[in-house]
Amino acid sequence: MSEGITISKPAQEAKTKKAGNGAPQQISGSVAVLEAFLAEGVDTIFGYPGGAIMPIYDALYDYQDKLNHILVRHEQGAIHAAQGYARTSGKTGVVFATSGPGATNLVTGLADAMIDSTPVVCITGQVFAHLLGTDAFQETDVINITTPVTKWNYQVTDATEIPEVLARAFYIASSGRPGPVLIDITKNAQLQQFKYEGYKRCNYVRSYRPKPIVRKEYIEEAAKLINQAERPFVIWGQGVILGKAEKEFRQFVEKSGIPAASTILGLSALPSDHPLHVGMLGMHGNYGPNVLTNECDVLIAVGMRFDDRVTGRLDKYARQAKVIHLDIDPAEIDKNVKTTVPVWGDCKETLPLLTELVQQKVYPQWLQRFKDAMKQEEEACILPELNPATEQMSMGEVIKVLNELTDGNAIIVTDVGQHQMVACRYVKFKQSKSNITSGGLGTMGFALPAAIGAKLGDPKRTTIAIIGDGGFQMTIQELGTIMQFGVDVKILILNNSFLGMVRQWQQLFHDKRYSFVNITSPDFVQVAKGYGIAGQSISRREDLKSALQAMLNHKGSYLLEVMVGKENNVFPMVPQGCSVAEIRLK
Amino acid sequence: METGKQEFTVTVYTENHIGLLNRIAIIFSRRKINVESLNTSPSEVEGIHRFTIVINESEDVVRKLVRQIEKQVEVLKAYYNTTDEIVWQELALYKVPTDEIAEKVKVERLLREFGARAVVIRKDYTVFETTGHREETDKLVQVLEPYGLIEFVRSARVAIIKASKGFHEKLKEFEKMAPGAEIKENEYLGKQGEVFSM
Repeated sequence: MSEGITISKPAQEAKTKKAGNGAPQQISGSVAVLEAFLAEGVDTIFGYPGGAIMPIYDALYDYQDKLNHILVRHEQGAIHAAQGYARTSGKTGVVFATSGPGATNLVTGLADAMIDSTPVVCITGQVFAHLLGTDAFQETDVINITTPVTKWNYQVTDATEIPEVLARAFYIASSGRPGPVLIDITKNAQLQQFKYEGYKRCNYVRSYRPKPIVRKEYIEEAAKLINQAERPFVIWGQGVILGKAEKEFRQFVEKSGIPAASTILGLSALPSDHPLHVGMLGMHGNYGPNVLTNECDVLIAVGMRFDDRVTGRLDKYARQAKVIHLDIDPAEIDKNVKTTVPVWGDCKETLPLLTELVQQKVYPQWLQRFKDAMKQEEEACILPELNPATEQMSMGEVIKVLNELTDGNAIIVTDVGQHQMVACRYVKFKQSKSNITSGGLGTMGFALPAAIGAKLGDPKRTTIAIIGDGGFQMTIQELGTIMQFGVDVKILILNNSFLGMVRQWQQLFHDKRYSFVNITSPDFVQVAKGYGIAGQSISRREDLKSALQAMLNHKGSYLLEVMVGKENNVFPMVPQGCSVAEIRLK
Repeated sequence: METGKQEFTVTVYTENHIGLLNRIAIIFSRRKINVESLNTSPSEVEGIHRFTIVINESEDVVRKLVRQIEKQVEVLKAYYNTTDEIVWQELALYKVPTDEIAEKVKVERLLREFGARAVVIRKDYTVFETTGHREETDKLVQVLEPYGLIEFVRSARVAIIKASKGFHEKLKEFEKMAPGAEIKENEYLGKQGEVFSM
C-alpha cells in the first residue's frame, strides 16, 4: 500500500554503523529483523512496501545480495507465495507488509496457512507506538484482527525485543504443528538504535509444547489392534509431509500391508502408483476409500484431522471401526472422530515405533475390495472423464495428457473448484511436496501466487499452476510478479466459462437454478501477452498434446488456456450431509 | 444438543502477556459459547497468571475447548472441573439507603443472617459485602429489593481445585524440558562489514 509518505530522516542512520570486532554494536530494529532472517536461513522474502514498514525496506536496500525480495502486486499474493514456498521447500515462508490495508490484505492467507498448517512468518509495519489507538493514518489493530488466524502473534514496540521475538516467531511457526506467525513492529522500533548482542535461535518456549510426549503404552495398544485386524485401513494427511516422515510412513504401510488412502493435502507423500495407495478420500475422492471406510475394522489415521469433507456425515462415519489416531496436535484427538487408541506425537517418531511392533502381513482379499471398487469407479466416472465421447474436452483428459508429458515429476499447484478436484483425482505424483493446494480454507485465487512461491522454493522442478477461469481472475495481478522476476511458472487454465463447482451444486441440489455462476473472462492470452508472457488458447482435442508440450518446452513462464466442457460435473461425490457410504457415482 | 449441559469451571495457567485474554476469549465466542464468568488473577507461582472461567456446556464440548485453550502457545495448562470438584466463591456488593436500614431493624437482622459486612456507611447510603455461592448472593438481592436496593454487583467466580497440588511442581516439569545451551550463533556475526557496506 504505497501512499504519500513524509520521508523521515532517521532511516539514514541505520546504514552508517560500521562493524566493530565482535563487540556489541548499535544497530537499528530494522537491521535486526534482517539479521534474524539471515540467521534463520531465509533466502526469499515476499512483500510489498508502504509507509509504516519503510525503515525495514530501507535496511533491505543493503541486504539485496543476501535476501531475494519478491515484490508482489498485492499482499494476499505475498502470503500465498510464501505458503507455496514453504510447502515445496519445507522451510518457513517470510512476508513483509505495511500497516493498515497491507496487513489486512494478509488475513485470507493467514487463515489459509492456519487451517493448512503452513509455516509462515509475516512481519507487518505498524504506526509509531505513541500513535497506537489514535486512529492514525493506516493504523489498524492487526494483532487483534489476526489472533484467530495465527498460531502466535506479537506486537513489538521496542527494538531490543526484536532478536528474541523473531527467534520465537521462527521456532513457533515451524515446530510442532506448523502455522502462521505475525509480528507487528511499530515504526519507532524499526528506527530505534540499540545495542545488538547477536542472534540466538530459539528452541524452547516455556509455555509451548510443540510435540507431545510419545506414550509407549499407546503404541503397543495400537500395534495390538492392527495385528488383530482383518480389514485395517490407513488414511493419511499432510502430517506425513510436514513431519518429513514419508519414508517412515512408507515403511509402515509396506510392512503392515495395509491399504492406504490420502486426504487432499496428503497427496504425493506416497507415490500415486504405489500398490498399496488406494486413492483419495473425501467428497470427490475415490469410491473405494470412501465406501470401505465404513467397512474396515481398524482405521489408522496418520497426520490428518477428519475434516467434514473427508468424513461426510459424522454420525455415520466408520462407526464399526476401532480408530487409531496418530497426531502431533493433542487438540485433534477426539475432536471430530472418537479415537480408540490415541497416539500423540510426531509421526516421524511414532511411525517407526509402530512399524517395529506390527506384523508383516498382506490382505489380498481386502485389497481386492479396493481394486473392485476402483473398477466400478473407472467404468462409471474415470473412463468417461479421461476419454470423453463429447466434442468438448474434459478437464480429466487434459490432466491425463499432462501426466504423460511430465511423468509425474512436476509440482502441481491448484486453485479451488472443479479443476482442483479433477487435478487432485487424476494427477500422478512421484515425489513428495508435489501437490500444493488450498485444502482447508478453499481459497480461490491461491494458485497463481502460490505457484510463484512453489517455484522459488524448489527452482529445479517444473511448476504448473492449474487454475479455473474464476480463481485466476481473483489474483490475476500476480502475472506482474511473474513478469518482473522472470519466475518460470506454467499456467494452465481450464476454462469452462462457469464457476463450475457452484454450478454443479446448483444443478444437483438447486434445480439447475444457475444463480450468478456464469462468468465472463477476458482474453487470457492477450492479458498474459500484456505482461510479456507467451501463451495460447486451445479448444480442439487434436491440439491438446502439442499445446501442453509447447507449454512445458517453453523457456520461462507460459499460459495455456484449454476450453473445456461447460457443464461437466465432478464425480464421484459424497453429497453434503450424507455418509461416505452414500457416495454417488453419477 | 441441550442435554448433558452442566456448569464447568475452567482453570487456565498462562504466561502474563498482553493479548492472551482475547486469544482465550475467542475460543469460546468462535463456537458461540457464552462465558458465564471470567476472572484473571495472579496464581500461586510468580509470573504465572490464572484464569477462572465458568461455562454451561456438556463435558464433551468442555474437553475439546480445554484442549484448544491448552494449544495456545502462551498457555501452560488448562483444567476443567465440575462444581463439586472445586471450592469456589463470588463476592457481591449491595448499596442500600442508610435510613432504611437504620429505621428497620429487620434489615439489619437479615444482613447478619447472610453474613454481610458493611464496607462503607454514609449518611445517604451503606455498602454491604458478602461472599458466597451464586444462590446466596442472589437471594440477598431479592431480600434487599423491597428496601430500596440502589446498586448490586457481583464478581466473577474464583475457585480452588480440591484435588490440585498447585502449579509449582507442574511448572518445574515444564521447565525441565528446557533444552541445554546448544544455541546456534548467527553465522553472519563475524561478517558485519559486508552487511553494513555503504
